[in-house]
Amino acid sequence: MAQHRATARGNGRSLARSRPRYGELVVKALLLAAALLSIATTIGIVGALLEPTIEFFQAVSIGEFFGSTSWGPLFNPPSFGVWPIIVATLEITVIAIVVAVPLGLASAIYLSEYATPRVRKIFKPVLEVLAGVPTVVFGFFALTFVTPLLKDWFPFLNLEGKNALAAGLMVGVMIIPIVASMSEDAMSAVPNSLREGSFALGASKMVTSVRVVVPAAFSGIIAAVILAISRAAGETMIVVVAAGSRSIFTFNPANEMATMAAFIAQAGAGDNPVGSIGYKTIFAVGTLLFLMTFAMNWFSARMVQKYREVYD
Amino acid sequence: MAVLSTPRSAVQLAGQGRPLKEHLFRLMLLASLLIALGVLAVLLVYVVNRGWPRLDARLWENFPSIRRPDSSGVLSGITGTVWVVGLTALFALPTGVLAAVYLEEYADKTKWYNRLIELNISNLAAVPSIVYGILGLGIISRTMGLGPSVLTGALTLTLLVLPIVIIASREAIKAVPPSIREGSLALGATQWQTIWRQVLPASVPGIATGSILALSRAIGEAAPFMLLGAATLVRFNPDGLDSSFSVLPVQIYYLIAQSRPEFHVIAAAAIVILLAILLLMNSVAIWLRNRYQKRW
Repeated sequence: MAQHRATARGNGRSLARSRPRYGELVVKALLLAAALLSIATTIGIVGALLEPTIEFFQAVSIGEFFGSTSWGPLFNPPSFGVWPIIVATLEITVIAIVVAVPLGLASAIYLSEYATPRVRKIFKPVLEVLAGVPTVVFGFFALTFVTPLLKDWFPFLNLEGKNALAAGLMVGVMIIPIVASMSEDAMSAVPNSLREGSFALGASKMVTSVRVVVPAAFSGIIAAVILAISRAAGETMIVVVAAGSRSIFTFNPANEMATMAAFIAQAGAGDNPVGSIGYKTIFAVGTLLFLMTFAMNWFSARMVQKYREVYD
Repeated sequence: MAVLSTPRSAVQLAGQGRPLKEHLFRLMLLASLLIALGVLAVLLVYVVNRGWPRLDARLWENFPSIRRPDSSGVLSGITGTVWVVGLTALFALPTGVLAAVYLEEYADKTKWYNRLIELNISNLAAVPSIVYGILGLGIISRTMGLGPSVLTGALTLTLLVLPIVIIASREAIKAVPPSIREGSLALGATQWQTIWRQVLPASVPGIATGSILALSRAIGEAAPFMLLGAATLVRFNPDGLDSSFSVLPVQIYYLIAQSRPEFHVIAAAAIVILLAILLLMNSVAIWLRNRYQKRW
C-alpha cells in the first residue's frame, strides 16, 4: 500500500508511516493463514489417500486392477478388476449430461437473453432451490417415484428395482442448476456491444443468441459442462440409493450397478478394520475418483479464469 | 438456422418468415427451464403426499427403531444435525470470511502463490463430497485420533463448505466499490481499519446470503458421513464433542435402505422436515439479498 516513502524533507514532515504497525502485520498473517487452510485441505486429501493407496497396490497389481472386469474386493475370494465401477460411473455420467446440458444451456440462454429482469428475479431463486435439494432426496425420488414410473411407461426396458437409468436421470436434474447458472454468468459477461453489433447487421435475437453470445461465452459454457460432469461422476447418495450396489460388468442402464462413489460409501459404511484389504480398496478407488474429478475441476477453473480475463 | 447464417442479399434484412421460428425458439428455451422446475414441483408434491401420514410429533419425539415402525422417529438425526452444522458454522464462517478478505484485499494477484490459492479453492469447491469423507476418515478420525465423533463430523463438514463460504464472501467484498476504500484510506485509516469499519459492514448482507446457502448445503450433506460411522441407527442424542452421532440425511438414507414400506413413509416425512428447513433458509437468504443488496 503506502510503499512510496514520500519524504518531503523541506516541510519537515514525512508522509511515510512513523512507526511499523505490528497489528496490521499480525492481521495480515492471520488472514493468510485462513487462506492457506485451503492448500492444507488439498494436501490433507492427498495425504489421506496416498499411503493406503500405495499399500493397496503392493497387495494388488496394477495389471489386475485395470486389466480385469471382475469387482468384488469385499468378497471371499476377493477380486479387484475396477472396470465395472468405472463403467457404471461413466454410464450414469453420460445419462446425466444428456439430460442436463440441453436443458441447462437452454435455460441459461433464456435467462440471459430473453427473460425480463422481473422474470429472472423469480426463476433464478427457484433454480437455487433446485440446486439446494439434498442428493439423498433425489435418490429417494429416483427409487420410489421415477423407477416405478419408467417401469410403467416403458415395460420393454425390463428395469430392475434399482437401475442406472433412473439414477442417471436424477443426477442430470441435480446438475441442471450448475450448467444453467455458470453458463448464464458467462453469457451475461459478454459485452452488449457484441449483441448490438449483431442486431445492427440485421440478425434476429435467436441468431444473435446462438451465433454471437453462445460462441463468445464458449469457454465459460465448457467450464460449466466440465464441472457438471465432475459433479455427476462424484455424486454419491443418488446412486447409492437408486442405482444399487451390485458390481457386474454391464453396459445396460436397466441394470443395478455400483459407481465408484457408491462403492466408497457402501464399503465405508460397513465395518472394514484398518489395514484390511477392504479398507485400503476404499482409498484406492478414492484416489482414482479424486484424480478424475481433480483434473476436470482444474481444467474448468482455468477456463473460467480465461473468460474473466477477456471480458472483465 | 442454416437459412439465417449468411444474408446473401439485402432482401433478407427484412426478416421474412422469422417471427414464427423466433417464437418457437423462445418457447423451446422457456420449456427447458420449466421442465427443470417442473421436476422440482413434482418432487415436492410427491414427497409431501407420501410423508403426510407420518408428519406428526412421533417423527421428532422418538428415536428410530427397526422393530417398531409405528413409533419410529428421527430425533437423533435432528439433534445430530443441529450439533454438527452448528459447530460447522462456528468454524467455517469466520475462517471463510478471513480467507476471502485476504484474497480480495491483500493478495497481489500477479504472485503465483495467490493464483494457486485461488485456483485451489475453486477446485476444492468441486471435489466430490465423498472424498471429503475419505479425508475425514483418514486424517481427522484416524490420524488425529478424534474417532467417529461429532467433532470429526463438524471438522470434515467445515473443510467441505469452506470453499463455498470463501467464494460467496469474495463476491460480496468485491461488490464494495473502491471509492469507499480510497475515501477511508485518504482520511488516514489503516488498511485493516478500512476493512473492519468500511468494507466488511458494507458486505455483510452478501456474506450472510452466501453463508446461509453454504450452511444449507451442509445440512443436506450425507455422503461424507457414510464413512464417519454415522450410517447406523442411533438411539441417543449427542451429548458432547466426542459423542458418536448421526445426521438427518444419513438417517433418511438408512430408512430408505429398509425394505418395509412403512419406513419409506417415515423417510418421506423426514425429507419434508429437511426440505422445509432448507426452503426456509433459502427464503431468508433471498430476502436478505433483495432487501439489503446495494447497487453502488
